[in-house]
Amino acid sequence: MALALSAEQQAIANGARGEGAAMAMRIVAATARLMGAPSLIPIASAHIDGALYHGDSGTLFAEKLALGGAKVAVRATLNVGSLDLTGCSKNRLPPHERGMARRMMDAYRTLGCEPSWTCAPYQAGHRPALGSDVAWGESNAVVFCNSVLGARTNRYGDFLDIACAISGFAPYYGLHRPENRRATVVFDVSGLDPAFLGSEVAWPILGSLYGREVGDAIGVVAGIAAHPGEDALKAFGAASASAGAVGLFHVAGVTPEAPDLATALHHQPPQAVIKVTAEMIADSRRRLSTALDMDRIDAVAIGSPHLSIAEFDRLEALIGKRKLKVTLYACTGRHALASLESSGRRVALEAAGVVIVADTCVVVTPILPDIAGAVLMTNSGKFAHYAPGNTGYGVIYGSMAECVESAVLGRPVFEAAA
Amino acid sequence: MKAEVLVAGQPAEAPALVLTAPISFWGGVNPKTGMIADVRHPQHGVSISGKVLCLPGTIGSSSAAAVLLELVSAGLAPAALILHEPDAILLLGLIVAQEMGHATPMALRLARGKFAGFAGNKLAIGSDGSITPS
Repeated sequence: MALALSAEQQAIANGARGEGAAMAMRIVAATARLMGAPSLIPIASAHIDGALYHGDSGTLFAEKLALGGAKVAVRATLNVGSLDLTGCSKNRLPPHERGMARRMMDAYRTLGCEPSWTCAPYQAGHRPALGSDVAWGESNAVVFCNSVLGARTNRYGDFLDIACAISGFAPYYGLHRPENRRATVVFDVSGLDPAFLGSEVAWPILGSLYGREVGDAIGVVAGIAAHPGEDALKAFGAASASAGAVGLFHVAGVTPEAPDLATALHHQPPQAVIKVTAEMIADSRRRLSTALDMDRIDAVAIGSPHLSIAEFDRLEALIGKRKLKVTLYACTGRHALASLESSGRRVALEAAGVVIVADTCVVVTPILPDIAGAVLMTNSGKFAHYAPGNTGYGVIYGSMAECVESAVLGRPVFEAAA
Repeated sequence: MKAEVLVAGQPAEAPALVLTAPISFWGGVNPKTGMIADVRHPQHGVSISGKVLCLPGTIGSSSAAAVLLELVSAGLAPAALILHEPDAILLLGLIVAQEMGHATPMALRLARGKFAGFAGNKLAIGSDGSITPS
């Protein structure tokens, strides 16, 4: 089906709002044609993943839009950049890269985006309404927005997210269409030990398994007795979206489009049922660790997605009055940092040996020390997935409690039956 | 054999690289070298630059397009991309590269089963989507 643009959309493409907006509209329209979308729909907001420096080309793209006078037409929060502009942490980017990364962050501000600099915008006051159409980037934010908030977004990549925000429109296909939000795969966890399901590592491990098993299909998790909490769903979504192309999941009885299993399936039979076993869980957990040497750690990192205040509460309780022998990097956004600073908690955490990383995180920019054969311990399924390729660190996966104990003792320690 | 043209670009003549597992470009491909950086990927350490890259699927990060744009602007892009279905996240990299004035590789659509036999072969990719051994 050929793409039909409205008179307004055609006018924007022809330069009615300047060359920057015209370029944005051309990119949106080219994507719509590529994906077979029949039309463009207005969007209520955007979350922009494009301000992370991957090379000079991305900076030049944002500056070209800004030079063309482009401004976002809807609310647009920013995902992490490559620099911690709050000064909480230092990174090892060489001068040229640092300068280009800074120019990129500045260009996105010029385009009118909010300096939220977080991969958890949904915990920083940006929560689109159930059923609204939005254009979000950053895989974990996309999956949270669709699954937990019930707003409708495709997995917007770099460039398309800002192009949609500037034009105010998105291609109408995929998860914007209600009929495409139906679960076709049941991910049945009812056979698992309730003690495991109640543990804090359950959701990242399940998410990692779910991403590999379900891929880009839409699944519904069945067999969950009670709402596991928003941070658990955040960890599940992030792990699932880094292991597979997951854009939307449902949890029967928990997420808004799945008041029960039948509703999530749109009252149709599933195409597949995955009965999750204890062996699958053990295998998924094992895959999260890559380190050959399980006797050392050089750093601990938590906060992918960015830590909420509730997660900082837990971190402080686990550390208690102790000092860390190995640095623990706690990645978060300004929304949490502001609260930590006003209450004096930031100072106490840093005195214990925590490095707070704001605006960015340790797998997207070189913050971790450059050490040959180094090992990172983390409780994040997403950090576990990306750290080896992006930082060179091997990974040991553990719960937040295990991460803190290991940081205190300076070597990896595990709970007996974890 | 003829494939659907997803994104028009430069015709090519290059060896095929058939990946045996889906890949995330961000974190999975080093934009400075064109090498597959994901240690868990079966083709870890192989360069995608200048190859007819046959992808069984893409996963993960929404920054794939940024890595592809960077590869194009650094002259390290694949010679052509063959996918079994259009992938907006990745192919945006080519659409934006064209807006930025770069010549780009083509992206073609072909069923997964049809490109397994390409492994190890040199292929000529025509601007009409034709694929012939060369």
